[in-house]
This record gives sequence, C-alpha cells and structure tokens, in this order.
Amino acid sequence: MRLPRHPSLIIGLAATAVFVALALLSLVWTPYPIAQIDIARRFQGPSGAHWLGTDFFGRDMASLVMSGTLTSFTVAAAAVVIGAGLGVPLGLAAAIWRGPVEWLILRGSDFVFAFPALVVAILITALIGPGAINAVVAIGVFNIPVFARVARGGALTVVSLDFVAAARLAGLSNAAIARRHLLPNIMGLVIVQATIQLALGILAEAGLSYIGLGTQPPATSLGLMLRDAQSLFVLHPFLSLVPGLVIIVIVIALNLAGDGLRDALDPRLKPVESAA
Amino acid sequence: MSLVEVANLSIAFGALQAVDGIGFAIGKGERFGLVGESGSGKTLTALAIAGLLPETARREGTIRFDGAPLPHDERALARLRGKRIGMVFQEPMTALNPLMKVGRQIGEALALTKAGGDIGALLTEVGLLPTHGERYPHQLSGGQRQRVMIAMALASAPDILIADEPTSALDLVTQAKVLDLIAALCDRRGMALMFISHDLKAVARLCTRVAVLQRGRMVEAGETASVFGAPGDGYTRRLVAAARMQLPEIAHGSPGGVLVATRGLTRRFRQPGSWPLPGKPLTAVDKVDFAVRTGESIALVGPSGCGKTTLARILVGLDTANAGSIAFDGRVYHGADLSPDLRRDLSLVFQDPFSSFDPRMSVAQSLAEPLRLLDGLPPEMHRQRLAENVAAVGLEPAMLTRFPHEFSGGQRQRLAIARALMTRPKFLVLDEPVSALDLSVRAEVLALLMRLKADYGLTYLVISHDLDMVAAIADRVLVMQAGRIVEEGKPAELFTNPRHEMTRELVAARLPAVG
Amino acid sequence: MTFVLRRLLGFAATLFVAAAVIFFLLDLLPGDPARFILGINASAEAVANLRIQLGLEAPAWQRFFAWIGSMLIGDFGVSYTQGAPVAALIGERLWVSLPLALFAMVLSAAVGLPIGIAAARRRGSPIDTGLMVLAQLGVAIPNFWFGMLLTLVFAVGLRWLPTGGFTPWHEDPAAALRALMLPGIALALPQAAILARVMRTALVEVTGQDFIRTARAKGMTMSEAVWRHGVRNAFLPVLTILGLQFAYLVAGVIIVENVFYLPGLGRLIFTAISERDLILVRGITIVLVIGVTLTMLLTDLCYALVDPRLREGGS
Repeated sequence: MRLPRHPSLIIGLAATAVFVALALLSLVWTPYPIAQIDIARRFQGPSGAHWLGTDFFGRDMASLVMSGTLTSFTVAAAAVVIGAGLGVPLGLAAAIWRGPVEWLILRGSDFVFAFPALVVAILITALIGPGAINAVVAIGVFNIPVFARVARGGALTVVSLDFVAAARLAGLSNAAIARRHLLPNIMGLVIVQATIQLALGILAEAGLSYIGLGTQPPATSLGLMLRDAQSLFVLHPFLSLVPGLVIIVIVIALNLAGDGLRDALDPRLKPVESAA
Repeated sequence: MSLVEVANLSIAFGALQAVDGIGFAIGKGERFGLVGESGSGKTLTALAIAGLLPETARREGTIRFDGAPLPHDERALARLRGKRIGMVFQEPMTALNPLMKVGRQIGEALALTKAGGDIGALLTEVGLLPTHGERYPHQLSGGQRQRVMIAMALASAPDILIADEPTSALDLVTQAKVLDLIAALCDRRGMALMFISHDLKAVARLCTRVAVLQRGRMVEAGETASVFGAPGDGYTRRLVAAARMQLPEIAHGSPGGVLVATRGLTRRFRQPGSWPLPGKPLTAVDKVDFAVRTGESIALVGPSGCGKTTLARILVGLDTANAGSIAFDGRVYHGADLSPDLRRDLSLVFQDPFSSFDPRMSVAQSLAEPLRLLDGLPPEMHRQRLAENVAAVGLEPAMLTRFPHEFSGGQRQRLAIARALMTRPKFLVLDEPVSALDLSVRAEVLALLMRLKADYGLTYLVISHDLDMVAAIADRVLVMQAGRIVEEGKPAELFTNPRHEMTRELVAARLPAVG
Repeated sequence: MTFVLRRLLGFAATLFVAAAVIFFLLDLLPGDPARFILGINASAEAVANLRIQLGLEAPAWQRFFAWIGSMLIGDFGVSYTQGAPVAALIGERLWVSLPLALFAMVLSAAVGLPIGIAAARRRGSPIDTGLMVLAQLGVAIPNFWFGMLLTLVFAVGLRWLPTGGFTPWHEDPAAALRALMLPGIALALPQAAILARVMRTALVEVTGQDFIRTARAKGMTMSEAVWRHGVRNAFLPVLTILGLQFAYLVAGVIIVENVFYLPGLGRLIFTAISERDLILVRGITIVLVIGVTLTMLLTDLCYALVDPRLREGGS
C-alpha cells in the first residue's frame, strides 16, 4: 500500500479523524452543556461566545453538533459492526460450503433486501417505541446482506484458487480455511465496504431521526437537530444548514476514504500475470 | 514491396521499455511467425501494427502498411484495419460480445467494411454450420468461438491475418484443427499471416519465416527451417532445446508392488443448475479401474473435459467418488474420506504456480501448512524440514521469508513441489506440472521432478496433454476419453501404434518436432 | 422459461415469509391489543367485545392465514382508528406516493445515466473530474435536507412552486404535478449521483474488455465500439442498482413527504404509529414490502431480457 499516491484517501481519513476526534471530545468536554436551555440567548448568530450560534432553546449549536456527531457515528458504526459481524461469516460460509448453505444465505439476503431500513424501523417502533437502538437495529439488519454479498463475492474468487485446494490437502477444515485463507484475502473489500456503509448509516440515521423514529431527546444527533429546526427553517435557515452541512462533509470524507482505500488495496484479486 | 514494414519499433509504458527497436517486414501472402515467451512484447507488436495499442503506451519508430504509414486519424485507421487486417486473439471466451448473436457480430464486420459477403458462407468456410450464427457466444465451445473469430476476421477479405496465440486456450485436438484451418485459409485466399505464439512447433507448422523476441528485443530472425534447425542465438537454442523436450536420461527402476488401485471409480456431477433445481447430470469419471506400482511414473492423457483432473482430485481427496473405491497401500477410501494419516502419503502439484500460494502468507507459512499432518514431528524439526526441501528443489532457504509475488513462475513451481514433498509422501499427482510455465524453464522443472523421484523413491501420476513430455518422462500411459480409460501402454508403443480412435486423434494432433 | 418461473416462485415465497414476519412480529406485542386500543380505563366488557370483533380469540396461525387469504382478494382489514378499510386508506395515499417515487426514479435515470456516460467517455478530462466531484457531493446530501433547501430557494425565495401541501389530482392535475416537483427533485438528486457513478465505472470497465478490442479490430473507432457494444453490457450492473434504488426511494418518499406536508403513505404511517393502529401499520408495511419485492422481480426479468446467459437458468 503506497499511501502518498492516494490523496483522496489521506484527505478522507484526515477529515474523518477530525470529526471522530470532535465527537469523542464531546464525551468529556463541550463548550456548553447541551442540555442547558437559555431562552434569553436563543437564535443568536455565530459569535465569539457561540461559534455556530444558538438554537431556539438557546443551546449552543457547536456543542450540539459535537454531541450529535458522536451519536450519528455511534449509531452508524454499531450498525456496521452488526452488519459485518453477521454478514461476513455468512458470506464466507456461503462461499466455502456452497450448495444448500449458499442457497439459504442468498435467499435470506434477498429477503432482507425486501425490508428497507425504514420499514424495519417502523416495525420496531410500533413494537417498542422510538429510540436510537431502533436506528442501530434497522440499519444493522440492512447491512447484513450487504456484507454477506461482498464477502461471498470476494471469497468465491479466492476459493477457486489452488492455494485453497492446497490447504485442503494439508488437512485444514472448511472453517479453518475460511479463517486462515479467505478472510485475510477479502479483508480489503470488507474494509472498503465498511466505510461506504458507515457513510450510508450516517445518512440513514439522519433520515430516521428526522422523522422521529431514531434518536430521541434529550440525546441529540445530526438528524434530530434537523428535525428540531424543521418548523423554523424558513425563518432561521442557519439552524438547518449547520447540521446538514456537517452530515455532507462527514459523508464525503468517508466516501473519499473508501474510494482511496479501494484504489490503494485494489480489492479485485487481479488474475496474477498470465503465463502465456 | 512488403505488405507490412516495421522499422525501429519501440513501445514503452512509463519507464518500462516493453518493445525495444525491433524491425521486420511481411511480404504479400507471406506467413510470418513471431516467437517469444510471456513479456517478450510480441502481442504489443501486433497491436501496434493494427493501431490498437492502449492509450498509455508510447510508440516510436515507423510502421508502414502497403507502402503508406499508418494514418493518424482514428477513423481512417479504424477503417484501414477493418478492411485490410483481420485479427484473431488468444482468449475466445471473452473476445465476443456476450449479449449479441454471433451471426450479427459477423454481419457487423461485413457491414462496416461494405464487403459483399454472406454470414452463412463465412461460417461454412471456417467449418461451422450457417445455423451457428443464431447462437450466443456462451452456447458455443471454445474452438467454435475461435472459428467465429476467424470468420469475423475474414469478413472483409483482409490482406493479412494477425493471429495472437489463437490456439493456446484450446485443447490439443482442437488446437491442431484450428491451425490446419488457418493454414488452409491463407493458402486458399492468398492471405498473409502474422502468427504470434510461444509454441515453436505451431510456428514451425505454419510459418515460412520467423523472428524471435526476448524481453522486447529481436534476438534472431530468418527462414523457419534455419532458425529452428541451427539457431545462432543462445536464447533461441534454449527455446529449441526445450521444445524438443530433451531431458537427461534416467534409469527407470523396475516397479514394485501395487501402491494405488482404483475399482469402478465413478464421479457424476450435476451441471451448474442453481440449487434446489438440479442441472443436467454429467459423468466425469466413469467406472475407472487402474493400478499404479511403487516407483512407476504413469501419465494420464486425454482432451480437455475428459475427466482427468476430476480423477486426480478424487485420488488426493479433494473430491469424492459416487461409486467405486481406491485402495492405497491396501487401505480403502473414496475421496474426501481419506484419513489424515493416509493424507500425508499422497500429494498434488497444481498446474498454475501463480494461484497455488496465498499471496498474504510468506512462503515459509505456506510450505509449513502440510506439516500439521505429521503430528509426530517435533516443532523444532519443522524449520529443518523446510530448509531441506527448499534446498532439494534448488532454492535458497533464505528465500523462505519472502512472499509469493517475489518469485518467478518457475521458482514458484519449484516451491509448490517443495510443499508437496513436506510430508515425505510416497505418491505424487502432478496436474500439468509445467504447462503454465515459460518454455525455457519447463525442461529444468521436469528434470528436477525426475531427480526428486529417484532421490525420494516417489511414484508419479502425471496429467498432461503434451505427448512429447509424456513420452519423455512416463513409464506407462493411460488414455482417457469421456470419463473412461480407453487405452493403456508404454509411450513408445502407444504413440507409434495407437489402437483406439482417441489415441489416434491425439497422436495425429501432435505437431512435428522443430528443427 | 424456467428462469421466469423460478423468479415468480421466489417472489411468492419472499412475500409469504415477509407477511409471516410482519404478522408475528406485531402479534408479539406484549399485552392485549384490544386493551391497547381502548386504553387503561375501558371496561372489561368493552375489551372482550373488541377482541371478538377483531377476531383475536382465534389462534395466531389461523388469524395469519385468514389475513393472507383476505389480502389475496384485496381486503387488508379495517383500521380501528380511522374506521375505514385499510386498502382504501392506502389506495388514496398511493396516488401521492407512487407518482412521486416514479417521477424521482425517471428523473434520476434521465439525469444520472447521461452524466455517467459523458464522464466515462471523457475519462481523465476536467469534465470527468468536475462531474464526479458533483456526484460525490450529490451522494452525500440527505434528500430531505436538500428538499428543505429547495423550498427555501424556489418556494420561499423565488415563489415558483408551492412550499408544501397537495391538491388532489382530480381537482387540479397541474397543481398536483407542481406540488410533486420539488420533492421529486429532492429525491432524485442523490439517486442520480449514485447512478452516474455506477454508470461511469461500468462503462470504464467494459471499455477494457476483449470484445471491445474485437469490435475495434473489425474497423470501429473506440467510440463506435463503446457505443454499439459497450453501453448495453455496461447497463447490466446499472440495472441491478436501479432495482435496489427503489428500496431507498420507498424510504426516501416517506421521509421527504414529511418536509413538504404531502398527504402520502408517510403521513399515514406516522398517524398509524402514534395512534397504535396495528392493523394499519401491518397493511402499510406489507404494501411497502410488496412494492420493493415487485421492483426486484421486474429488475431480474429485465436482466434476463438483456442477458441471454440468464434466460437459460444457469446462475
């Protein structure tokens, strides 16, 4: 991996790192407590005291953005962990066992695709009420077949290669081959997909929170900030612009990192120089 | 005046000089061969003549076609190659548009060059039926697709046919037929031929004049008979020697008792349907009985798809027979049920050295993998065994820490052999052990295999389609067709006096030796 | 035509399992739905009556099959909060949501595909770079936020189009169409950006294929070869994405309707959830799932239409 040749990777990773750092910082410090309501100071523009102004409760926008970014990242990352944690083993199993196992996993993933994250969120909300956990589960469920397909696709190109047969000759079990040979060879693909799903997850969390199925007050997320600002956005568009732009910048940063990684790792196992 | 004149042609990609100042001329109706191993720049030379070089390539020197330099205008150049140059490429599987009937693809070539002609007549001329035009590429075999490619190349009645390894993706019998077809077409149409190949015998069969390329440089050129008969250059000499399969003579010891015997071994597949709907059944291995004696070297030959690889995979336990059984040293198994303590006694060397090592593992890690089968071997012995085996295949133990991509094809195949010998097996199956290697290293690897056989007292089953190699290394030959073993005998007798039709076909497809 | 038959079977099986998941998930709800509907203070008698009325006395599997059976004849049950048949409620709202989704889909294809083709044909040029930067931006914009922005500019600022609300089609089709313009554009933009990226990648990939070289060897220029042989092949991966996009659009429609106060399925869902009308929730979710599954079926059939290799059933 030659990093200097992939500027988009560096820009993307750096920008992502900045936002992750700000989000983590919000755990121990924000300019103002995010729950501090001060009606007298509401609708202030950006100033020295409030870098991004204040919202309709007089809360500090910069503090809200920091805390909201943390929620958005946490939800999206947890959904990626669910998706990759279940999807990658399923994809590997499909590629190495083939036959009925593969059929079942493929049909299962088709089936999950029929449930958009929003429908899952609706069902869960109807069952247990709204909350950030809903968003995690809804987005996570949708991520499972995505990772399963990526892992299976990558593993299928590896599994037909002779070194896998050589491992069988050496007496390795299917599970051992998946762990020792398949997983390391598809890791690049999985990491690239994870950055893409992280970006999609942040967008999805925003959408779910915006319509009230995701994060609930007093916690905050970028989507929830947009929900709060919605009724005011004609009068105070700034309140909507800030969280919206933050989402856009984070998603672009993640996508740049993903594109850069794809180029740097070149996940397609190139059919090594042909000998003809 | 020559039809094609190439002078001082150089092609570079960035700092990499792929073709370095070569020059040659092809006269009207002449058959010219360009010989070289992978990376010699022979394909790039052909693409340059047709103006099809990738955009990233930098070209210097002159190419004149029928006296005039190649036009600079893209459209004019495209029409020139469409009208006067026919091209056939190596890989018939991907060279045709998968979404279009082949007849229409040929029709396109006719329409583009406004050559009056008939799709049916072209298909007939290349030995297909007019009805084949109604098929999609995936409904044709590799040989049929290559014939379609040739029909397409002929559509414009070109002055020259450029054929780039047109047969190397085809099996032996088809290969000979396609070569014959090309020769016949050139004769009938008075068409010039530029034939590009690594296969000296195929070039010798078709071409009157040849040029030999090595790493972008032309090392020798001249009449085919004189270049191959009395090569002046050292590299050409090595190629010719390798093509003649000259191996050091090895004393064949008298074989011992039966080591491996199969009884009624049968493997049926469902063709790729998608589960749960079954595909059509296919019997890949059909009631095969044979025996191998200790110390023997047996060759299994047959056309592609005859079941020889499936048979090998069952023998080493990568696949399981539906019926019948194998007895190894008297112990019976059916394939994947091979018990671990028996698994260490047999091994397999794969055809493709490029895919037989995990790119993310060091060579030592890959080589040590089979040692898990030897639970009795103390761990401190592992390193010693690794070093021993690497030395036995003629490489340095210091190389063990490197990764596969740092080795050449020949070195990787040596390492693959070293891995196969890690458990000190008695029986080694070699699946086309040298066919993926460059010609000049094939002989070395074969010589190594023969030496190891003597040193370690091995028994070989060699799968190959190369009858010259088989003649050089096998004690006994089994001919396989459609899952059955149809003939058996010593190579010398079998090849001079074949009885079964399949054997006769294989022998007939064998090209005469060069020089 | 085993391929079509297999896909149809798969479609039916998916829907059956989906219906079971939705039904039993909502049936899992702790407590008594009748009590749930009537509230804590309702009399035991009223609850018992409602239970009988809702058919809750029967075992779950019987109620499930009864539900499936009645859905097959178009009866999705009666909403107990709205007092109207679920099918009629949904049908009414579909007249807003479906045209919106279709409009967005057509718009995204009409914008995204030509951009992708244009970028691929000028690969490496400033035009390509510029278009791909725009696409990168488009992919990152949340559609509902973009909708808010559009309202601010075109409705509040320029007053070209309404800020929200909907005039029914039968009253004023032109006004109805105008009401769907901004939400349609808001939905289409991110999808168009994704399509442009996929189309570009697919076309660039196809350009390197052997059969393009064959076409050039026949006498075509690069652009002729790409046009005649490349685009059709490149369209295969795009088709897959188009099918998947409908699932995103379904979600997007529901969210964007919220921005523009459109009386579509989205609004109906939120009413149903907040009033705990489980029969309505069940009806809407199954309709959404049918929509997504149907699109995937259509995508698969289109795929087979374009690709002869698929028609023979091999995978």
